[in-house]
Amino acid sequence: MRFCTPATAGGRSDDGARDPRAGAVTVSDGIWSARDTAPSEVEAALRELLRQRHAESEAYVPARVLNLVVIADREWRGEIQNRLDHVGRYHASRTILCAVEPGRTTIDAHVSASADDDPAGEAPSVGRERVVLELGPQHLGRLDAIVDPLVVTDLATLVWAPHGHPEALDALMRLAQIVLLDSGSEPDPAAAAARARELAQRAYIVDLSWLRSTPWRERVASTFDPAQWRRELASITGVTVRHHPGSVLSGLLFIGWLCRRLGWEPGSVVGSEGVMHGSAHGRRQDVELCLKADESMSSPGLAGITVDTASGMGLSLDRGHGGLTAKRRDRRGRESTWTVMGASRGEPGILGEGIRQALLRDKSYGPALSAATAMLS
Amino acid sequence: MADASTPTEENPLAEGLERLPVHPTILMIFGGTGDLAQRKLLPAIYNLAHEGALPERFHLIGNARGELSDDDYREIARESIEAHSRRRPDPQVLETLLEGMRFVSGSFDDPAVYERLGDVANELDEAAGITFNRVYYLSTAPSFFAVIVGRLGEHGLDSHDDAEVRVVIEKPIGTNLVEAKQLNSAVLDVLDEAQVFRIDHYLGKETVQNVLAFRFANGLFEPIWNRNYVDSVQITAAEDIGIGSRAGYYDSSGALRDLVQNHMLQLLCLLCMEPPVNFSADEVRDEKVKVLHAIEPPTTGTVPQMAVRAQYARGVAGGEDAGGYLEEDDVPEHSTTETYAALRLEVDNWRWAGVPIYLRTGKRLTRKVTEIAITLKPVPHLAFAQDGAVGVQPNQIVLTVQPNEGASISLGAKIPGTRMRIRPVNMEFLYGTAFMSQSPEAYERLIMDAMRGEATLFTRDDEVEAQWRIVDPILEAWADDDGEVAQYESGSNGPEAADALLYAGHRWRAI
Repeated sequence: MRFCTPATAGGRSDDGARDPRAGAVTVSDGIWSARDTAPSEVEAALRELLRQRHAESEAYVPARVLNLVVIADREWRGEIQNRLDHVGRYHASRTILCAVEPGRTTIDAHVSASADDDPAGEAPSVGRERVVLELGPQHLGRLDAIVDPLVVTDLATLVWAPHGHPEALDALMRLAQIVLLDSGSEPDPAAAAARARELAQRAYIVDLSWLRSTPWRERVASTFDPAQWRRELASITGVTVRHHPGSVLSGLLFIGWLCRRLGWEPGSVVGSEGVMHGSAHGRRQDVELCLKADESMSSPGLAGITVDTASGMGLSLDRGHGGLTAKRRDRRGRESTWTVMGASRGEPGILGEGIRQALLRDKSYGPALSAATAMLS
Repeated sequence: MADASTPTEENPLAEGLERLPVHPTILMIFGGTGDLAQRKLLPAIYNLAHEGALPERFHLIGNARGELSDDDYREIARESIEAHSRRRPDPQVLETLLEGMRFVSGSFDDPAVYERLGDVANELDEAAGITFNRVYYLSTAPSFFAVIVGRLGEHGLDSHDDAEVRVVIEKPIGTNLVEAKQLNSAVLDVLDEAQVFRIDHYLGKETVQNVLAFRFANGLFEPIWNRNYVDSVQITAAEDIGIGSRAGYYDSSGALRDLVQNHMLQLLCLLCMEPPVNFSADEVRDEKVKVLHAIEPPTTGTVPQMAVRAQYARGVAGGEDAGGYLEEDDVPEHSTTETYAALRLEVDNWRWAGVPIYLRTGKRLTRKVTEIAITLKPVPHLAFAQDGAVGVQPNQIVLTVQPNEGASISLGAKIPGTRMRIRPVNMEFLYGTAFMSQSPEAYERLIMDAMRGEATLFTRDDEVEAQWRIVDPILEAWADDDGEVAQYESGSNGPEAADALLYAGHRWRAI
């Protein structure tokens, strides 16, 4: 990598309180770094880096799909980068990671442009850019002004703040069309649901807690799809959801989805010590609702569900080898067991799916969230 | 709000799901140990299982002549999947998939095979307490298609109470119009057309389907997509390799049957069809058939003016000396089979009348590329001086199907400087830069569609016959032609003779 541009060599010059390290610009192994820098310098560095990469090989083509802005605590920056590195093929085309460090007053930046393959052959080599900004808490309220020059214009921008920093999220709503959140990671499910609903007024929400319930929703929809089972949907009398202790909201979103799709009116759920009970008012009968924490689960999400009907039919789905273990009891009490095939996506897969979903529109989440909120009221 | 009170209504839980439910299905593969099954079908089924896309209850029954146990077949399937899957198999998912596999041995005309297939399927129904849909996949030599469908009918396997029965047929559907009609007739004596899924795997490619998205989802193109603005069209399917070890198949087929009759005419249809009312199978296929009917088939007398054939000769391909077609192993000494075919067709309808559509395909050409190039008419008046520059060229829209999937538009742009000089520049869109997801294999999409009963990407009986109606006279004329077949150098752009097809002012795009 041969890259040194006079435009970026000076660091900030208009700041009266210059950091003693100011002015340090280094380029090493294709990474441009600067201390006490400014967004305009970072943007210039990005442009120059792309120009250099293309000059080195015409096969280098920058991906243009999605901007991802991440706001994270600096001490967890490595963990966040590691998660982003493992999302598989669903990398954003430009990632701007804002690492927040208490006490910091200046902005340091690191910029890189990498390619999926070695851009040596005739085939295009798709490249992605990554910007890391190290900044302080006082920058968060005006983060939009700092990030705005760095996002690719005309691409959708997704914001993810896994460590909170609501003021940063609020500041970025001017730029972002999509917010990635994990409502289940909040300690208070009611507050998390309320925050998600509030954000949904201003942007499209991709909720990892909702995505963790996707395979379960698909399987339940499939299981009740044959005509002989579909009629049982109208006579459901009970739904039990087993979940990771920290994923009560995933369970509520799943039940909220059932409520909205089947026309049930959800009531409040109450409980303690990992068990919550409630009911929903169905067209023919009330539906007993139960959420149980499964202490043996090591990763967030759902562990299993059971659906019972007035006719005596019952369906259970539980995590198993090679997919979900399904068990059905028909109205005569006869049981059958099988495996619904599918590989576990794991947490990196869930995050990758969240990034992919940023460019889709799932109209089921909003109604499910409103039902979940009603159950928590 | 959806109402689930009556079972005949739509599944209220399905709405909004990205992956829609598919009825529990048993997939039975005739030719279950063959090359296609091992290289494409079994890996595709594994990948569907991995993604959780298969029906919630799924079984696969393989059939072939060899005496194999269920476990033997599972082992063959395991090795095929491990060797050819586009992703590394998850051991637990693979084991679960293999556990659901069964094998029925016997030849395709053996009645006992069909008795046994019916029994195994019924056993699976009984064990599950439901009735599985049946999908029969004919991954066999074409000569067995009618035999298998006939046997299915004789044994009552062509329909089933409370379940859908579908049959997937690989190409080729006949080797000429007569055979295609005979096969369609034999198949439709047993099955309804709605049960038949004729595969043209080109239609399963994302970039082929995107021709429709490109045309009908962008207001930019449709106003100029007609004879008033389009000067000519070139559809190219070039390969840089020879026939390899496929002489047995290829010498009896040739380029026209292998690629033009099916894949290239499909591309032409997608390019030229009118917007369908909706994207249901029959609406789309109706529009494609109208395009084929608008192409007047040549007579044997007019073939020399609209079609050219050739064989590759010695040359340099990939930087190395390469032999000619007649030097390939197992190719008859005096074979006249074409490895290159070029046609000039016209779609005689309101939209396209007078626009030449050039098709060409060949083996061992300069490089591998499949593309559609639409050349627009030149601007009516040029205000710029052209001296000292390449000048203004007609705009060209190029849709690349493979390998670098995307689209490009050539535009005239001012060369930087003090004078107003123009040269063409390219505005390019590459799939890889704009989408994060990896395209599924064509067979994954097509197998799912067949299980779902979605026939849009499969060819209908009248569509296949309309294709043969265009190609048949060319085949007949070439069969009657005792002259020598033109040769082209390996690694070249094809024979010079193909230039004779071009109207004045036109030239083949560089491959």
